[in-house]
Amino acid sequence: MNLAEKILAAHAGKEHVSPGDFISAKVDVILANDITAPIAIREFWKLGLEKVFDPKKIVLVPDHFVPNKDIASAEQAKILREFSRAQGVTFFECGQMGIEHVILHEKGLVMPGDVIIGADSHTCTYGALGAFATGMGSTDVASAMATGDIWMKVPPTIKFNYKGKLPKYVGGKDLILYTIGQIGVDGALYAAMEFGGEVIDKLSMEGRFTMANMAIEAGAKAGLFTPDKKAVAYAKGRSERKPVVFEPDADAAYQAVHEYDVSKMEPQVALPHLPSNVKPVSQVNRVYIDQVVIGSCTNGRFEDLQMAASILNGKKVNSNVRCIIIPGSQQVYLDALRSGYIEVFIEAGCAVSTPTCGPCLGGHMGILAAGEKCLATTNRNFIGRMGSPKSEVYLSNPAVAAASAIAGKIVSPEALA
Amino acid sequence: MLKGRVHKYGANVDTDAIIPARHLNVSDPFDLARHCMEDIDLDFVKNVKPGDIIVATTNFGCGSSREHAPIAIKASGVSAVIAKSFARIFFRNAINIGLPLLESAEAVEATETGDELEIDLTAGTINNVTRGKVFLAKPYPDFMSEIIKSGGLIEYTRKRLAGKAA
Repeated sequence: MNLAEKILAAHAGKEHVSPGDFISAKVDVILANDITAPIAIREFWKLGLEKVFDPKKIVLVPDHFVPNKDIASAEQAKILREFSRAQGVTFFECGQMGIEHVILHEKGLVMPGDVIIGADSHTCTYGALGAFATGMGSTDVASAMATGDIWMKVPPTIKFNYKGKLPKYVGGKDLILYTIGQIGVDGALYAAMEFGGEVIDKLSMEGRFTMANMAIEAGAKAGLFTPDKKAVAYAKGRSERKPVVFEPDADAAYQAVHEYDVSKMEPQVALPHLPSNVKPVSQVNRVYIDQVVIGSCTNGRFEDLQMAASILNGKKVNSNVRCIIIPGSQQVYLDALRSGYIEVFIEAGCAVSTPTCGPCLGGHMGILAAGEKCLATTNRNFIGRMGSPKSEVYLSNPAVAAASAIAGKIVSPEALA
Repeated sequence: MLKGRVHKYGANVDTDAIIPARHLNVSDPFDLARHCMEDIDLDFVKNVKPGDIIVATTNFGCGSSREHAPIAIKASGVSAVIAKSFARIFFRNAINIGLPLLESAEAVEATETGDELEIDLTAGTINNVTRGKVFLAKPYPDFMSEIIKSGGLIEYTRKRLAGKAA
């Protein structure tokens, strides 16, 4: 069995599972946010139950419209707050809050070997730890909050091997953008993606979270990494729970295997309006930008801010550009502050915000007007994603985003000098 | 039998197109329906009539896990969506809330905006009345048929819980 099959079989109480099998899997963590939880809670009450199956396994994170941008979003967040207090489920209040897919692993709430479901499509992020983590809707979450299990069809797995040596300024974001560019936004539809190879062995946990995060942009159900020493070390010490390491069998079956040599890879940029519309940065010509956003569940971690700060240090953001930097969690914010990065950002002329998903989904804190272009480290560039349906979103890694904020147009950091 | 006129779209109609996130500070179906499809088709809300059918090519519903997308479509009066393929989470969400989805590449190829369709969900047939052609949709797996027969996932789960208690 491959990695996804191993984890799912263990959670379904089966010796063996194969792609296409319908199983009932026990879930270790159930997640929802301020957009999806109100519907999940509404559906949960329809079951006629008084209590969730296990409050310790449920996490509610208001992060999309929080700090609340208006009365309607305050009402939504209030539903989560009141449900959490009454049921005793984990809830993150403003001030401790961060983007769900930054804080769940940071705070040790998700572990290698877990099955995690979340009413947010980027729940697949935790695959970086060697967990089977997948996004679902509110009704699925409601049902799981009642029963502690979830029906699933075992997906086939597509294997991706990366070999060679990553050039400077090329990281996890570029690997996943390149991969989505190769296979398309439905290239892994209904499948799991398993990432491996010598490049992955050397990749930081942050880089792996970024890659797993965007598996959904290829249509995948999950994006998984075999947990190595680095992953286990990351998880240990953050939780009292023990990591469970599943590894694919040597003779594991895959629907397809792709191999990419990354040695000559440039930073990648996704052009409007699909994450698969990818070009190397040197082929993106004269795209003048109005806004840069560095943050989100894709690239709002410490390493991302460190990279941005290394480029913005001593420089100024172009006078035609608004550069918005959003640490993914309070811890990331604090670490960046203590490292002097926040000072770097402010001196460069950036706006720095408390953690929020805000601009990534066109919620608040950086909405685009008609005709405006934004380069973002976020995960989607669909029409209207960050504001006006007549605006354009480009996607890149934090180094390209920071360099472009200085240049006023999309450039490689190497082109700055 | 479902009956309605077709609104046809292309590939990768994403959940931001179906219901932009700027409207997700509410979750009432009526409020969501008022903005359905607005970023790719401003006229959809004006034109849609009860029973109408959305037809699209590949990967319909890609993007966010927001259940608000199938809710907005259903609350607009749309009776079914036909596509060559659906994004995974959208497919699951639609089944869970009782919005019928049908997969048929042939029916999509042969259908244009304004065509009149009749759908028999039990038989899995799509009849293009305008063009006089009948197509067979890919059947649901048994497990999903159970959920659909129960009236959605919440009813299905309620039955399961009652079974456990008994």
